[in-house]
Amino acid sequence: MGRYLFHRAWQSALTLVLATVVVFLGMRALPGDPALALAGEDRSPEALAAIRHHYGLDQPVWVQFGHFVANAVRGDFGSSIRTGVPVSSMLRSALPVTVELSALAILIAVVLGVGAGVLAAVRRGRPSEWLANGLALIGLSVPHFWLGLLAILYLSVGAGLFPASGFVPLSHPIDNLHHLILPALILGTGLAAVIMRQTRSAMLDSLSADYVRTARAKGLRPGTVVGRHALRNSLIVVITIVGLQLGGLISGAVVTEQIFGLPGFGKMTIDAVFQRDYPVIQAVVLITAASYIAINFVVDLLYSIVDPRIRVAGEAS
Amino acid sequence: MTAVVETPVVPVAVGPGRRARVLRRLRRNPLAMASLVVLVVAVLAAALAPWLAPYDPSQTDFSHTMSPPGTPGHVLGTDDLGRDVLSRIMYGARASLEVGVLAVLVALLVGVPLGLAGGYFRRADAVIGRLTDLLLAFPFLIMAVGLAAIRGASLGNAAIAIGVAQVPGVVRVVRSDTLRLKSLDFVAAAIVDGAGDAWVLARHVLPNATSAILVQATVAVPAAILGEAVLSFLGLGIQPPSPSLGTMLASAQQFAAKAPWAAVMPGLTIMLLALAFNVFGDALRDALDPKGNR
Repeated sequence: MGRYLFHRAWQSALTLVLATVVVFLGMRALPGDPALALAGEDRSPEALAAIRHHYGLDQPVWVQFGHFVANAVRGDFGSSIRTGVPVSSMLRSALPVTVELSALAILIAVVLGVGAGVLAAVRRGRPSEWLANGLALIGLSVPHFWLGLLAILYLSVGAGLFPASGFVPLSHPIDNLHHLILPALILGTGLAAVIMRQTRSAMLDSLSADYVRTARAKGLRPGTVVGRHALRNSLIVVITIVGLQLGGLISGAVVTEQIFGLPGFGKMTIDAVFQRDYPVIQAVVLITAASYIAINFVVDLLYSIVDPRIRVAGEAS
Repeated sequence: MTAVVETPVVPVAVGPGRRARVLRRLRRNPLAMASLVVLVVAVLAAALAPWLAPYDPSQTDFSHTMSPPGTPGHVLGTDDLGRDVLSRIMYGARASLEVGVLAVLVALLVGVPLGLAGGYFRRADAVIGRLTDLLLAFPFLIMAVGLAAIRGASLGNAAIAIGVAQVPGVVRVVRSDTLRLKSLDFVAAAIVDGAGDAWVLARHVLPNATSAILVQATVAVPAAILGEAVLSFLGLGIQPPSPSLGTMLASAQQFAAKAPWAAVMPGLTIMLLALAFNVFGDALRDALDPKGNR
């Protein structure tokens, strides 16, 4: 276990360093001279030199990279070019919205996906399997932002059931949920489709395994066999899928926030792109990559705790 | 990132007899045939849009704005500028398919060699593993955001962002198939026989990995089509006034209460396209599965 943990931690750290280098180099590849953009009216060579000196742009690349990393570690990502607000305080107000939206969406996705997956595997060849499979295929194929548009059009504006946009902080739990439930449903159904298909196939494998046959032969009730024996092993798959789908979830959250006017990480990202607010874009890209790496490291640890075979395989490779 | 990932298929070598069996299985699957028909019709409609579309997709007509579907001359109605929705959908589907195919080509061109190298050469494997971990850490939308900031938003950049984001999936499938094939007797025999690495990879490994690659490509296209729609909707992909299903939805958002069809039709088109690819991909995987009906 110790060796595996060390191995995975080292891999994750390496990936994080590489990601930081990519973001740093990407920002240097931006068109235009940053000093010119910062200079405004006074573009005399002396003024430009002063700006370069002030922002450390006259230092060697590796020194600049060191400053970039040191600042990022302290949570200092500079300030928005447009508003002058520190990026860190923008993040402090935006991140909780996105984290809550994603957590709700994951919850919905796991409940729907595991439920439908188990149903489809247990009721093989019956109409309910076809229905679950069909819904999963549609869930994989439907553009979710379009479902969001239709939901706003018909459920919010048309029927008045939900607010069409906006966000209420968690301190007002009922109002907060009322604003978030529709976006979370829209975001969660896409993930649910993926989870359902993986759960179904894992359940079909477990249900035909020897230990399930043994459990049945012992005379255990079908519910116990499915719940305690087959599903327990299949849940390992679900943990991995949630980790792997995290990238898709982040992309989905960006669009969902944009449609429902939620003031989260995604909306901040899109606004920054259109305003060419580079310090914000840089922070957003770096934080996404870092959280993806960190969460998947945790997922891997969970996975290896649940299933010792993975540990062995990881050490062998 | 993760140690163990499920691979969709582990098909055995495709010989002439097996190919016939795969085709027979596909022909007998009504869902596969239905999705194939949808795909052929969609590709034809998109490819022949300049000749088949009733109107120029950007031609405005301010005397017929927001006409409902069924209006004479406008089967699917018109939008807020009086542009014909059907014509715009045909051109939009053309752009969607273009991005879908371009993105998957990018993913295959980068991913197949990396997957072959990772599965075949132990030393390359660790480096390629870190590289795919790195790519996974940048979700396609974040990659598109970065690319749009550096190079501007366009169809090409959208396809690159989506394609690069799909590289890890291709690497995973090709690598695991290469690992499997490498351990088979006929490959070992070729190596003992003195065949070079390049020869073994090109002559023995790649041809036998094609069915896995094919299935991966079939499910990557609909993901790319959905990705293009998202990017264009957000303004990070195809730029208006060029017709794209995503930009159509973005503009329809403004007047959806008055002309819901302008918001419904492009979305349905995206769904139908993606669904046809996904259903066909499933059927293809089942047909290629040597274990039979699963």
